[in-house]
Amino acid sequence: MNARRCADVIVVGAGIVGAACARALAQRGLEVQVLDDYRGGATAAGMGHLLVLDDNPAELALSAYSLQCWRDWAPRLPAGCAYRNNGTLWLAADAEELALAAAKQQRLSTHGLDCELLGAAALRAAEPALRADLHGALKVGGDGIVYAPNVVDWLLAHEHIRRCRAQVVELDGAAVRLADGRRLAAGAVVLATGIDAGALCPELPLTPKKGQLLITDRYPREIRHTLVELGYVKSAHQATGPSVACNIQPRPTGQLLIGSSRQFGSRDPGIDGTLLARMLKRAVHYVPGLATLNAIRCWSGLRAASPDGQPLLGPHPHRPGLWLALGHEGLGITTAPGSAELLAAQLCDERPPLPVAPFLPQRLLPEAADA
Amino acid sequence: MPELYIDGQRISVAAGTSVAAALALAGDGCSRSALNGTRRAPLCGMGVCQECRVSIDGQRRLACQTPCRDGMRVETRR
Repeated sequence: MNARRCADVIVVGAGIVGAACARALAQRGLEVQVLDDYRGGATAAGMGHLLVLDDNPAELALSAYSLQCWRDWAPRLPAGCAYRNNGTLWLAADAEELALAAAKQQRLSTHGLDCELLGAAALRAAEPALRADLHGALKVGGDGIVYAPNVVDWLLAHEHIRRCRAQVVELDGAAVRLADGRRLAAGAVVLATGIDAGALCPELPLTPKKGQLLITDRYPREIRHTLVELGYVKSAHQATGPSVACNIQPRPTGQLLIGSSRQFGSRDPGIDGTLLARMLKRAVHYVPGLATLNAIRCWSGLRAASPDGQPLLGPHPHRPGLWLALGHEGLGITTAPGSAELLAAQLCDERPPLPVAPFLPQRLLPEAADA
Repeated sequence: MPELYIDGQRISVAAGTSVAAALALAGDGCSRSALNGTRRAPLCGMGVCQECRVSIDGQRRLACQTPCRDGMRVETRR
């Protein structure tokens, strides 16, 4: 490919992960060219829930490290990023789930994370809008919320970053070809296009997990924490079949953002009304007062899921010059800061802040690609 | 000829008039204010865009989908 060298690094995809990678590289003094075709992806569709998840040690390490990054960023984030450190309440509907909450508290506390087990009475005092018969909840104090599209703009506003609207149609090592025929080269190319990466890199084992969200009109604030049922963990990791779980997030505007759903195999952006109804019934089951509120929008998005649930962060094992930062499933906004640090540290031969082995792309791309 | 109140101002309109039309006749045409204070007005006129959310007798409604009735109290400043 005859290509003009345009930067030290080209980042393809200006979602939250691509933007965080660009920022991390620019902070190391590299000149970064960001290319995005503005089709929009999971960053624009997601809830912006910043949360620690602990299904396995790698996920816990990456999400906990990233949450600390978010709290460090918080004082500098513009108001439009709508960052709030409002905490998550993991709701226990019965004694079994309360035991799950206690076990979760153990794991998070071992990691030094701020969390507190609330009994039934304490939970009612904290969130009176919840149904009265819940057994309790685990409060994770360091969790938060953010409006990710505006964070992207903040991250990309850096003297070493140039952002250009362009569609990449082919990858060739550390070079790319654009839809208008131009070829651009750099020292490295970082692919951060989420589920759309398949068109450029078909060997990546990513599958779409469709999600649907709904947002209400503005109302007087009655809910403070993000409310998630403990059954979320079960439904989020169910291998097949569509699933729903109660996930209610109070936005700073007074609106409530209501999720969540997971649907495998569909790339249809249309709303599945039956699944939306199931999701809303689940939310109303936990917060009965929701039934009287007006919704103003619902939409869908695609999470890019990898086979083992962890993102791919590091060099493509069979395409020298190409680096990957994708496959974050439902945790891309949360773990964007940590993902970017892991990617940038590898690319710049630094010691990474966390073990990178669980995230290396080669774990999922063992054979030489045909491409 | 239904008579209604828009932000306290009495107005009488032809039967079948929507609240959105009454807003255009009576005031600044707007149904509500955004968080930053910007006034917002009906746009699509067919119940889809949700821009014309307005308080009618204490309930949030869509102005374009609500016919005017006698004695209605429409509030655009809350």
